[in-house]
Amino acid sequence: MSKTNVADSALILKAEGLKQHYHVKQGMFKPEAVVKAVDGVSFNLEKGKTLAVVGESGCGKSTLGRMLTMIETPTDGQLGYLGQNLLTLSKSAQTKLRQKIQIIFQNPYGSLNPRKKIGSILEEPLVINTDLPKADRKAKAISMMEKVGLKAEHYDRYPHMFSGGQRQRIAIARGLMLDPHVIVADEPVSALDVSVQAQVLNLMMDLQEEFGLSYVFISHDLSVVEHIADDVMVMYLGKVVEQGTCEQLFDNPKHPYTLALLSSTPQLSPEKRRLRIKLEGELPSPLNPPSGCAFHGRCRFANERCKSETPVLKLDSYDESEQGHLIACHAVEEDRINLAEEVA
Amino acid sequence: MSLLQLDNLSVTFGKFRAVDNISYKVEEGEVLGIVGESGSGKSVSSLAIMGLIDFPGKVTADQLSFDGKDLQAMPEKQRRKLTGSDIAMIFQDPMTSLNPCFTVGYQIIEALKTHQGGSKKELKKRAVELLTQVGIPAPESRLDNYPHQLSGGMSQRVMIAMAIACNPRLLVADEPTTALDVTIQAQIIDLLIELQRKKKMGLVLITHDLALVAEVAHRVIVMYAGQIVESGPAAEVFSTPRHPYTQALLASLPESASGKARLDALPGVVPGQYDRPQGCLLSPRCPYATDHCRKEEPENQGSLNRQVKCHTPLDTQGRPAA
Repeated sequence: MSKTNVADSALILKAEGLKQHYHVKQGMFKPEAVVKAVDGVSFNLEKGKTLAVVGESGCGKSTLGRMLTMIETPTDGQLGYLGQNLLTLSKSAQTKLRQKIQIIFQNPYGSLNPRKKIGSILEEPLVINTDLPKADRKAKAISMMEKVGLKAEHYDRYPHMFSGGQRQRIAIARGLMLDPHVIVADEPVSALDVSVQAQVLNLMMDLQEEFGLSYVFISHDLSVVEHIADDVMVMYLGKVVEQGTCEQLFDNPKHPYTLALLSSTPQLSPEKRRLRIKLEGELPSPLNPPSGCAFHGRCRFANERCKSETPVLKLDSYDESEQGHLIACHAVEEDRINLAEEVA
Repeated sequence: MSLLQLDNLSVTFGKFRAVDNISYKVEEGEVLGIVGESGSGKSVSSLAIMGLIDFPGKVTADQLSFDGKDLQAMPEKQRRKLTGSDIAMIFQDPMTSLNPCFTVGYQIIEALKTHQGGSKKELKKRAVELLTQVGIPAPESRLDNYPHQLSGGMSQRVMIAMAIACNPRLLVADEPTTALDVTIQAQIIDLLIELQRKKKMGLVLITHDLALVAEVAHRVIVMYAGQIVESGPAAEVFSTPRHPYTQALLASLPESASGKARLDALPGVVPGQYDRPQGCLLSPRCPYATDHCRKEEPENQGSLNRQVKCHTPLDTQGRPAA
């Protein structure tokens, strides 16, 4: 693995108030609108841990992933990597550090260049970022292929010769070529069948153990998240609505949106089926977000205050036992949510 | 008499058998779930029911009948009348199954006009009714919208409205919620089940989401590489699977693993056109496979109500019979 002394500092990635605002032209005479794709996200990611980001499509989870890998520069906020602020560093220093944060994309059919052989796909990061000689690059590519469960003879094949699961293995191998510390996985298993999904999840967990990787795992599948995550962040329309450890979120969910997400997920065993909190309507347009709490239009616990005042992310004052479990909801703060009443 | 009855339905593309001798029945008011990985022939079999398999695909069946009427024997014109009105289908991707060049209203009215007819005013009224039924707010104004102006969930609601336009007795839903978010999926499934109950439709729900089938289906069929490997009442199949493939599928779900343990992944993938094994098709991936399995294809065992295609079906403890 890498020579930098990561072991000493458990905290690898620290985001503070990350924002990504896009300016959108609406027409010649209309003022520009601002889409707040991500609006103030903060988290800490420790070595060897997995942070899951969940939410519906359009909630900003992929934009967050793109900011962490610096494919896009955040419009505001701080992104600390091992104590250095990535956003204020010089270009050359940035390039060095960016190698340590890699991304795996959702669709393995679209993310591999169909005209390149697996060997050159895997070696490309090395060609660009290092000055390893050709023989070393090949050796490294082949050893990485073996680590992710591919065979050495696959080196000269093209992506179309592989199944979806194998392609995702190639994408994972490519992400690992530069010995990263952090892998941002953007819906890595949502395009795969369940049996293949299990294979890829197992592989990701094995690699995490072997290399001490930290994952930012972006997903909309809560059962996958419950299985793999240490910490979970639930996003809604660019904002974090609930944040905590995996146990806190799944055993004791508080925010009405989290409750709704959990109850919408189909469950195999009848005992685990929770009461259905049906969400009306769809995600509102980020171009014209609702005032106050962005969720109030779909929330059954909403009152006047929710419509006017934006809730901030904070600890639940009624439940002091829960360390680090943050919720952005007026109803939770005022203790207005009574699920027992809902059942009756 | 069953609403839909298939006996030994096969679909071949040249030498490749995409669907291999499957038989099942759908009763009125029944929800039948069909599960399996991609490439297991779920969609192709439903397209065959709808008569949507084109050359070079070839459909053969000992029996393919809807409400006692033989779909294969009847003239093409008569069958066209039946599909779309009595048998309707909802496709997987709502964004691409609506025609982007026409308004939503035009497309719904087109379906109505073809099968029922009526004056312009009546048709429009009926279209508004349908959109209201599937829970689209402000339906009158939505009629003039083009598909690109609708979200995924809305498009799927429009597709459902089109499918139920002629009060079908059998609805085939091919992965109706796969492209949608969980909260929207819950809305769409609730809507489908509610309509199914109200109209006493037979519903064939094709999906790869086992948990979804477990929640809503009465009976379930598990397909693998074009064959039905197990079928039976949904609750029974999921609690005590008798086929190793069903067992493996259930075990590979993250929710069946405790804590952060490794998942029981089934190695390998569904065999394709060129790598079909001899004997039982699951044998290269099956943990219990014997030499017998690798040589000889198993027969269906058990009653029609609960069938399993395996030489050594699993007992209630999940172990293969000796």
